[in-house]
Amino acid sequence: MNTKRGHQAEGETIMGQTASSQAGTLESNDIFIRMTQVPEGGESSVNVESIVMKQFGEDIIKTITQCLEDSGLKGVNIRANDRGALRCTILARMEAAITRYKESIK
Amino acid sequence: MKTFRTMLFMPGNNPGMLASAGNLGADSVILDLEDAVAPGEKDAARILVRRTLTDLRPENVTCVVRINGLDTPYWRDDLAAAVTGGTDVILLPKCEHPDMLREIADFIGTSSRNGGAIKIMALVESALGIENASAIASFGGPLIGMLLGAEDLTAGMGAKRTPEGDEIAYARGRMLMACKAAGIAAVDTPFPFVTDMEGLAKDAAYAAQLGFSGKALISPHHVHAVKTAFMPTAEQIAWASRVIETAEAAERDGKGAVSLDGMMIDLPIIKRAKSVLQMAE
Amino acid sequence: MNHKFLPDVATALREAGLADNMTLSFHHHMRNGDYVANMVLEAAAQLGVKGLTIAMSSLFPVHEAMIPHIKSGVIAAIDTDYMSGPLAAAISRGVLEKPVMFRSHGGRPRAIGEGSLKIDIAVVAAPCVDAYGNINGVQGPSACGSLGYILPDVEHAAKVVAVTDFVSDEALRHISIPHNRVDHVVCVDRIGDPTGIVSGSISMTRDPLALAIARNAQAVIRASGLLRDGFNYQTGAGGASLAASTFLRDDMRKLGLKGGFLLGGITKYMVEMIEEGLFESIFDVQCFDLSSVRSIRDNAAHQEISADTYANPKQKSCCVDFLDAVLLGASEVDLEFNVNVLTDSNGVIIGGSGGHNDAAAGADLTIIVAPLVRARLPIVVERCTTITTPGKDVDVLVTEQGIAVNPRRTDLIDRLKAAGLPVCTIEELREKALRITGKPRPMEKGDRVVGLVEYRDGTIVDKVYAV
Repeated sequence: MNTKRGHQAEGETIMGQTASSQAGTLESNDIFIRMTQVPEGGESSVNVESIVMKQFGEDIIKTITQCLEDSGLKGVNIRANDRGALRCTILARMEAAITRYKESIK
Repeated sequence: MKTFRTMLFMPGNNPGMLASAGNLGADSVILDLEDAVAPGEKDAARILVRRTLTDLRPENVTCVVRINGLDTPYWRDDLAAAVTGGTDVILLPKCEHPDMLREIADFIGTSSRNGGAIKIMALVESALGIENASAIASFGGPLIGMLLGAEDLTAGMGAKRTPEGDEIAYARGRMLMACKAAGIAAVDTPFPFVTDMEGLAKDAAYAAQLGFSGKALISPHHVHAVKTAFMPTAEQIAWASRVIETAEAAERDGKGAVSLDGMMIDLPIIKRAKSVLQMAE
Repeated sequence: MNHKFLPDVATALREAGLADNMTLSFHHHMRNGDYVANMVLEAAAQLGVKGLTIAMSSLFPVHEAMIPHIKSGVIAAIDTDYMSGPLAAAISRGVLEKPVMFRSHGGRPRAIGEGSLKIDIAVVAAPCVDAYGNINGVQGPSACGSLGYILPDVEHAAKVVAVTDFVSDEALRHISIPHNRVDHVVCVDRIGDPTGIVSGSISMTRDPLALAIARNAQAVIRASGLLRDGFNYQTGAGGASLAASTFLRDDMRKLGLKGGFLLGGITKYMVEMIEEGLFESIFDVQCFDLSSVRSIRDNAAHQEISADTYANPKQKSCCVDFLDAVLLGASEVDLEFNVNVLTDSNGVIIGGSGGHNDAAAGADLTIIVAPLVRARLPIVVERCTTITTPGKDVDVLVTEQGIAVNPRRTDLIDRLKAAGLPVCTIEELREKALRITGKPRPMEKGDRVVGLVEYRDGTIVDKVYAV
């Protein structure tokens, strides 16, 4: 599993460990997604940077938020850096990030 | 069948490449989950390939997914993703024995209602695989062809890989004959010297001459040259059209045996003419 | 002592009579390796002049150094054919009060010749100078080949200052700018960074899509009926354009044809074609690599031409008018075949016409090559953010997923269809792209004008807005 353990200080720990994950790359047509747990009781948040922010920013945020809701995860901070990924790529990277995130909780 | 003429490998974890899969002129694309994907990204590539197959499926191209080998912890998940995505063909690497085909055929059969529609191709890339070529080729059922992987093969043999390919002559011959005997497609190894376009043209022409159904490619730049090598010449096409016309006319007129240019037109000739026309886009 | 040679740039500027509100002109053959424009502006700032107009044929990332001079008032206006990098981004954000005048490579010499762009001092980045002040671009450590873009300036400027880093002991045989047009010469350590001036070699694209596009483009040329003896051709140094020229070469060999001239920015692929005898000659305004610098020096069939000869629509004749076909890029193409090569889809300046609208207007067959989708953005838009080349000059848009022909070219549509090419309407291409990308939100234009886009004949065809 590709979960990075280097950023644990950012969030609250569950059983002594912080949940976090990342997926995707910064190559063009891809999107890089990082998920970290927010301190207990905190709300989820989604931050998006994109080279097509003006044209697709809203759509990207909506897509990511929907994936997060469908995952049932609460209290997650998502940072995404989009390099012009198509919608199906965003869905794929979110799915990978969410799966990895859940693995990191186990 | 055109599916096998040009089979282009593309990395399974590269969304840009996957998005262009249908536009590179290849007859098939092999979405690779094996060598082109780092161990830490196998999960992400699997998801991306599945999404590509369902949401962004390239038109007019046969989709092949190369799963990881049966000796890895990945292949079941790979297969599940490819089957869910609805791939046309599964390419099984490091195939050495028909039992390996049995294993994935069973897995496909049990994991999907449409499993029957999914075909299998065996990538033979070891001495043992070559020696077992006829046993593998005669597996039957969903197996539609075999693909030679000369890089791993020559590495395993301790042979030096050259543009001329003398070192793989035996392997080519053995696999080709096994496929022909079993009536399945025989696909030639990729040409690994990416910038040697002259060597590529020769290598592809040689494979076509031997009777291979087509060739796998590791670079999109190779598509055109390989297509050309496997394309029948104008004379061949003209000949084939005349054969078919003559045969059809004979059938209409209720004639039995007919000849063309002093040559008997029998079933093998008609078959050959049809395959020429099929290759000629 | 030779009176022409002066000790430093500041002295030369003073001798040339530099004063407030003057127009200084420069050229871009040193591309992103240019030291001269920055050096001269630094000296001008030291001299305390204000309100200068900078007329430079193109501006590159290295010219970021001009931003402080804009802020301090040394530079009050910019007149150029192309700009990219931090300076372009700063202009887009509105750093310069007066809108930048964007011209084409043919429009610039037209404006200079007719006097609407009046040059007080033309500054030549001169790779090689002799004792008389003769100049060429083919010798010395900063050799860049052709000096075509500065030749109109040198002809019309009140004063000409050459900045060089190589003085030849022998009188030059190869002369681009004769001594009688040169007022002052200054020797400096380096006029440019050779690695930024020309690429050692421009290599063939590895982008598979560019290849697919190029193959379609060459198929269009083949089907157009223009490919015959005497075929004149221009293409850029972009991925698809370069790849297309190798397909063209294969075609010319196969058909046993001999073309007329190759035009524009020159690369080794074109040099190889004249060396092989596939084309008669090269007319060169700009060398892109070392092979072309060598060739323009050694091969009489490879000729330097001025921007006037290249593309000035008011000249008695210009090369672009003799073009059979040209391959050009685009950042956007709209439903009326208008092309944008000036701003990106966010409205930020990333280029400019350069020779785009000149070649498009001149050639019998103007082909725009571009991928259908670039980073989730469809290449075909409803209306270009900025129009640099009007649709009337554009014949075909070639993508990897289809070929759209301008409806006014019914003859071409018939020919391409007869050749079995995947011809469709531009609306169909847009819809195809939208199915892949989803619908982008339309851009909102700002209200502050930061640039004016001049068509080659002098009419203003569009405005560039601040972002």
